[in-house]
Amino acid sequence: MYKAFLIKYGEIGVKGKNRYLFEDALVRQIRFALKDVEGDFAVTKENGRIYATAKSDFDYDEAVEALQRVFGIVGICPVVQIEDKGFDDLANEVIKYFGAAYKDIYEEKEITFKVNARRARKNYPLNSMEINMDIGERLLDAYPKLKVDVHKPDVLIQIEVRSMINIYSIEIPGAKGMPIGTAGKAMLLLSGGIDSPVAGYMIAKRGVSIEATYFHAPPYTSERAKQKVVDLARLVSRYSGPITLNVVQFTDIQLAIYEKCPHDELTIIMRRYMMKIAEDLAKQSGCMGLITGESIGQVASQTIQSLYCTNEVCTMPVFRPVIGFDKQEIIDLSEKIGTYETSIQPFEDCCTIFVAKHPVTKPNLNVIKKDEKQLDDCIEELYKKAIDTVERIVIQ
Amino acid sequence: MVTSVEVYLDNAATTKAAKEVVEMVSKVMFEDYGNPSSKHTKGVEAEKYIKQALGTISKTLKCHEKEIIFTSGGTESNNMAIIGAAMANKRSGNQVLVSSVEHSSVKAPFRYLEKQGFQVDYIPVLKNGMIDLESFKNMLTDDTILVSVMMVNNEIGTMEPIQEIGNIIKKFNKNILFHVDAIQAYGKMKIVPKKYNIDLMSVSGHKLHGPKGSGFLYIKEKTKINPIITGGGQQNKMRSGTENVPGIAGLGKAVELIYTSDFDKKIQYLYDLRAYFIEKLMMLDDVYINGVCDSDCKKMQTAAHVVSASFKGIKAEVLLHALEEKNIYVSSGSACSSNNPGVSSTLMAIALDKELLDSTLRFSFCFDTTKEQLDYTIQALKELLPTLRKYKNY
Repeated sequence: MYKAFLIKYGEIGVKGKNRYLFEDALVRQIRFALKDVEGDFAVTKENGRIYATAKSDFDYDEAVEALQRVFGIVGICPVVQIEDKGFDDLANEVIKYFGAAYKDIYEEKEITFKVNARRARKNYPLNSMEINMDIGERLLDAYPKLKVDVHKPDVLIQIEVRSMINIYSIEIPGAKGMPIGTAGKAMLLLSGGIDSPVAGYMIAKRGVSIEATYFHAPPYTSERAKQKVVDLARLVSRYSGPITLNVVQFTDIQLAIYEKCPHDELTIIMRRYMMKIAEDLAKQSGCMGLITGESIGQVASQTIQSLYCTNEVCTMPVFRPVIGFDKQEIIDLSEKIGTYETSIQPFEDCCTIFVAKHPVTKPNLNVIKKDEKQLDDCIEELYKKAIDTVERIVIQ
Repeated sequence: MVTSVEVYLDNAATTKAAKEVVEMVSKVMFEDYGNPSSKHTKGVEAEKYIKQALGTISKTLKCHEKEIIFTSGGTESNNMAIIGAAMANKRSGNQVLVSSVEHSSVKAPFRYLEKQGFQVDYIPVLKNGMIDLESFKNMLTDDTILVSVMMVNNEIGTMEPIQEIGNIIKKFNKNILFHVDAIQAYGKMKIVPKKYNIDLMSVSGHKLHGPKGSGFLYIKEKTKINPIITGGGQQNKMRSGTENVPGIAGLGKAVELIYTSDFDKKIQYLYDLRAYFIEKLMMLDDVYINGVCDSDCKKMQTAAHVVSASFKGIKAEVLLHALEEKNIYVSSGSACSSNNPGVSSTLMAIALDKELLDSTLRFSFCFDTTKEQLDYTIQALKELLPTLRKYKNY
């Protein structure tokens, strides 16, 4: 029965002069999301609203799911579109629509409603108030158990008179946030864990395009561990759009740290190098920030002292969107965005190998820096090699 | 030292299909693609391939053609044998016996039977992985209806004393059914089920250079067993579904290629390789061979194509990936269960040192494996072991 979706957007609406930039980005993202859905759609901007109109038969559920992944959308309203064949016809269509959408609930319990008409086409013979009253009356005749409530109706039936007439009343919640492509680009440090894909999702939600870096440590991490990260990037890219994944060969650096630095500081020093490399790669590709899945106190390397030490190597802002989340809250979100099942596949990642039994939890930056000096004779070469041998995988 | 040559030592996981097998499969799929149940020529042609495969296979087993039922492979054969036999004979008794070192495609159907109310008892094994025959004798009761023991262990290559087990069972009660998982054995030795008192025997095609998705179950004449897949009634109603003609034809071709007149010579070649490799492995520091390890390789105690070795102080998965970088492909534990990081139950059952459980690799050969490849592997191990031990992370 539905032929179109009215797309509601929130924050963009309050933008000033560059509002059109945000709207255009949203239109682009909607087109992109609907590309893989069965059916042809026209996505149009008219009078400050965005419509996705089906030009053929389409898969409704698939379309809604795709739209629900587009950042910037607050609500998705499935719309019935009819041609103007006079007021009686309109009234009948509304009655039919109500039956199709609410029959089951109507029969179960008492529901209240309100009709809210708007005329974009002012030459329609009835004005908005008249439409409201007339249609309301006919609905009451057709469904005598209905009650009117103009303040807090259960069902708010919207009728928009344009060249076509739109009827809708349902609003499906969208992903919110801002359209991708409106807020620059940032580099996500993507491991195989639960937290980093969620962090990427959260920053992408604000309209930021995502690039990612993964640290591969063969033979300690397997080809499957890498594949898992590729899979995770693909899942995040369903929301964020294409992601370029930088795979860094990290084994040599890791072994050098293991050989030359105190074992209880291993993870901290390793993470300092990860941040440094990620930042270099970020600069190369025009990113303006780093994203990590760190959460205060979750593990030894994420105490506030550890974060202080790892953060010290960067000059770019580091975004840590799950910093204040409990593990369970991150898990809940990862289940919601669909990355959890992949994240918990049991492959070693480079952070779980070479872990000291009792890593430092309150590292001292001066001590770390002093111990790092042990690497001076080899690190430059290893670092350069790591940067030079990066494998770039474009995921979409 | 990187070689462009691939050294594939994971033939117990799966094998490369033989060229003739690929040609056969392709021919059936592309030219003689009929449904064997069709009444026209196309159907008759397709049926011929099945008959041909039946002929080849039954000859190697010295059995009747009607005793072979084609399946989708080892897992289905095991499921059909175990569940089908137990269900068909549950009026005769409630106890079923299975060895404690089986593959999960045997273990899982037994767990299913347990849920269905059968009493499942697990036969213990000795340190080398062989069934403890004395304990086994005492486990048989008037209530026993089915015994399942694998012929060759997939993780360590140990051969179970199938003939003796068969004798013990039939002496006790000739109605008890004896199922043998021969997935790692068929193609590596001559097997005559009747001689061993075997009633049901599972075989997989892709372990012997045949296609994946092919296999069969030997069901001795007059054995009472229920089908587990029902439908159009193909294969004497024992296994419904349009026959996988390309798979069956390919499997037949693979069997034909293996069981040639010089079969014994080919197997001796594998035994020699095994002895050679074990000898070289034992010269490395802190390497232990699991299963039957005498370098003279007593033939009736171990299969020719599997070597299980533990590398003290090294995580098996890391060594596996390090070998992979040198184009050497091996397996840690059983490949079929490598995705699930539980500890190998076979290695547990043979009471391997706890320290070595996670340090065990399986090398498995085929007729194409060469001494040079094994030398290359030993050389790679010589280089890798000291480095990996230096960076050990536990």
